[in-house]
Amino acid sequence: MARKTIRSIPQERALMPVQEPEIRAKNFDEVALGFDTENALLECERCLVCPQPACIEGCPVNIDIPGFITRMIKHDYRGAYNLLTDSTLLPAVCGRVCPQEDQCEGVCPVGAGGTLEPVAIGRLERWLGDKAIAEGWRKTSHIERQPFRVGIVGSGPAGMACAADLAKAGCKVAIFEALHEPGGVLRYGIPEFRLPNSVVDAEIGAIEALGVEIKCNTLVGRLFTIEQMLGEMGFDAVFIGTGAGSPRFMDLPGEGLNGVLSANELLTRCNLMRAGQFPAYDTPLGLGKRVAVIGAGNTAMDAMRVSMRLGAEQVNCIYRRTETECPARKEELHHAQEEGIEFHWLTNPVEILGDDNGNVRALRCVRMELGEPDTSGRRSPVVIPGSEFDFEADTVVYAIGTSPNPILGQTSKLKLDKRGYIQTDADLATSLAGVYAGGDIVTGAATVILAMGAGRKAAAGIKRYLGIRDSAVVYAGEPDGLEGSMFGIAQNERNFTHVRLI
Amino acid sequence: MTDHDDAGAPGAIQSDPSGANPFEDIRSKGFPILTRTDFSDVTFLLEVEHPVLARAAKPGQFVIVILDDHGERVPLTIADFDRERGTVTLVVQAVGKSTRAMQANLHEGDTLFGLVGPMGVPSHTSGAKKVICVGGGLGVAPIYPQARAYKEAGAYVIGVVGFRNKDLVFWDDKFRAVCDEFIICTDDGSVGIKGLVTLGITQALQAHVDVDEVVVIGPPIMMKGCVETTRPYRVKTMVSLNPIMVDGTGMCGGCRVKVDDRIRFACVDGPDFDGHKVDFDDLMLRLKRYKAEERVALERYDENCRRTKLPHETEGVR
Repeated sequence: MARKTIRSIPQERALMPVQEPEIRAKNFDEVALGFDTENALLECERCLVCPQPACIEGCPVNIDIPGFITRMIKHDYRGAYNLLTDSTLLPAVCGRVCPQEDQCEGVCPVGAGGTLEPVAIGRLERWLGDKAIAEGWRKTSHIERQPFRVGIVGSGPAGMACAADLAKAGCKVAIFEALHEPGGVLRYGIPEFRLPNSVVDAEIGAIEALGVEIKCNTLVGRLFTIEQMLGEMGFDAVFIGTGAGSPRFMDLPGEGLNGVLSANELLTRCNLMRAGQFPAYDTPLGLGKRVAVIGAGNTAMDAMRVSMRLGAEQVNCIYRRTETECPARKEELHHAQEEGIEFHWLTNPVEILGDDNGNVRALRCVRMELGEPDTSGRRSPVVIPGSEFDFEADTVVYAIGTSPNPILGQTSKLKLDKRGYIQTDADLATSLAGVYAGGDIVTGAATVILAMGAGRKAAAGIKRYLGIRDSAVVYAGEPDGLEGSMFGIAQNERNFTHVRLI
Repeated sequence: MTDHDDAGAPGAIQSDPSGANPFEDIRSKGFPILTRTDFSDVTFLLEVEHPVLARAAKPGQFVIVILDDHGERVPLTIADFDRERGTVTLVVQAVGKSTRAMQANLHEGDTLFGLVGPMGVPSHTSGAKKVICVGGGLGVAPIYPQARAYKEAGAYVIGVVGFRNKDLVFWDDKFRAVCDEFIICTDDGSVGIKGLVTLGITQALQAHVDVDEVVVIGPPIMMKGCVETTRPYRVKTMVSLNPIMVDGTGMCGGCRVKVDDRIRFACVDGPDFDGHKVDFDDLMLRLKRYKAEERVALERYDENCRRTKLPHETEGVR
């Protein structure tokens, strides 16, 4: 077959239907509807199958992207799924929520010239993940039992990725979750229209099928400590993936008024507690008609789009920098704009004004302009003097990031860094032997896929710590000849046991 | 992997060979109710089985309960715990939709859909030589384990509890067993002294000049009154705050309270705070956040109950 070139591939991305903005802004059905088979195959044709694929490096969990695309082109969907799930156990989730433009798609040579869009890797991943759910495919892993038990704190993306890798390596894994449903941010944070609960359930089912036990209603630190897990409870290693933690506020006058809440609270009420269906469900929402969301990250986008769907008449985004600096995933920003959310760039709140009953009445803001670049390389915003103005609002939502959750710091001897996040080394090992940590509780708020990457990295560290075979190496059949082998054993097999001196 | 089997893993401790490890099977759903006691037509006690929770619970902590899969997460202060029986005791006042539904649906042998905890920082009981433990309303039950903890730590304990009238009094025998002095205050004077708990506190403070600490649990308006009562005496006064909560793990920020002009989260920084620094007006304002929704939920619930009720059943507790 002749090599594909940038000129010979389909120039336009294959078509993926999307719900119309006017309709979807009023429902919780998924916005992006996904490829059909024909379009998925058409999109596969756009992959150049580079000899040194940049996309694999660009992926936090190093998915063999050209590999699964090549199998898809051959209609070997099951094979493609198996290859995909060597690296990620949650393809239907990642295909939906990864910021692909900063990862695999960002380095794709097809898009590098700037005239073409990169291969829609995320949409292909989602298509495969959805197909697997529809067909009931489960990755069959050959699991060699090991005499080790690993406890995982938190059932979010970091914990689940770590659990999956360790279960595949033969460890007996138990996940402890403080909320009453598993999934972490996938459950309480990301709304239904972006990631349906049925997809989360299916992916969690895949983890449980590996023999992982998930225990909800279990608050580690308070019900039992990390030290007790290693001691009395007999876990050989522990992974901590408790997530970002407590929402930040700005300490503005009026933050105590009713109608001021964090995006975490709004999303938890809506997604986990189903407050949108109050009073059929018991948790109230209390959302107003004019909502102002402070911040412009992914959480802010979710909060705004949820508000829109729950009947707010006007939803505004207040962000102190410009659209260029907006940290949200491009697709989310674009969808939010389409749905009629108003963006007020270069605007910063200074005070929340209330009425006589202690409810929010307005948000006092100032205009900003961009000054010199700060340490993060972004131009820092500066207040324009005398630019104060009032902004009518009855609900103010803070989506300006989080600070670390204090529970594990309060209850264990884990060493924390200056900001209060858990301190780890390059292998994600903490100051306690056998205890690893990863995801937002180490790095601060980030993305689902980075948390999964951290979970997998910690799993590799735990496997080394326990001295068990690196199960991430996939057996690729007999190598030809002796090249790449030592004493006739393929070097990438690394099938040996550490000898421990006692 | 045979070379690991006998040596054990790094850091591993052999589990108890008798199999008596309480962590072996941690209950994570369907929490059985062993006993229920009704104190009045609104107040009732539930004793729930959860051995690991009973082991971990300390005075001042709370749990979150969920009645069913449509239920909200209701924070309740732990009223007592029994490590031998493996149970925790919760006292519930049926005042809103969720608690009314709990009153109607939870009986001996039923199970709670969700129960998680213990949450919050335990109360700091060591040190004080003479303390006044004050409980009113919903706070009467949870002040009991605090009084007991102080007693066990060797302190002189003065209990002050408030009720509307004689018929609503409960646990007075339990309190008398752990208190060196015990003062009951009732609104109508039908038992004990006639007046609010603040009157009881004043009496105790005047009788004892060497009180180290006052601990108060109750409705915000009562705690505010108590804090103002003790302020002139300059006695350290701890209060247990009960703002609106969702997750109870420090994630949502709904329970933020103003203490010493700083935002603190009651679920992970509290629930106990120095009462003299708490902004009670802020707390009471924020507790009204969902008043309208609460009323809707309650009216709807009452309406449904009325419709589904059999003719011979009457209003109130069964």
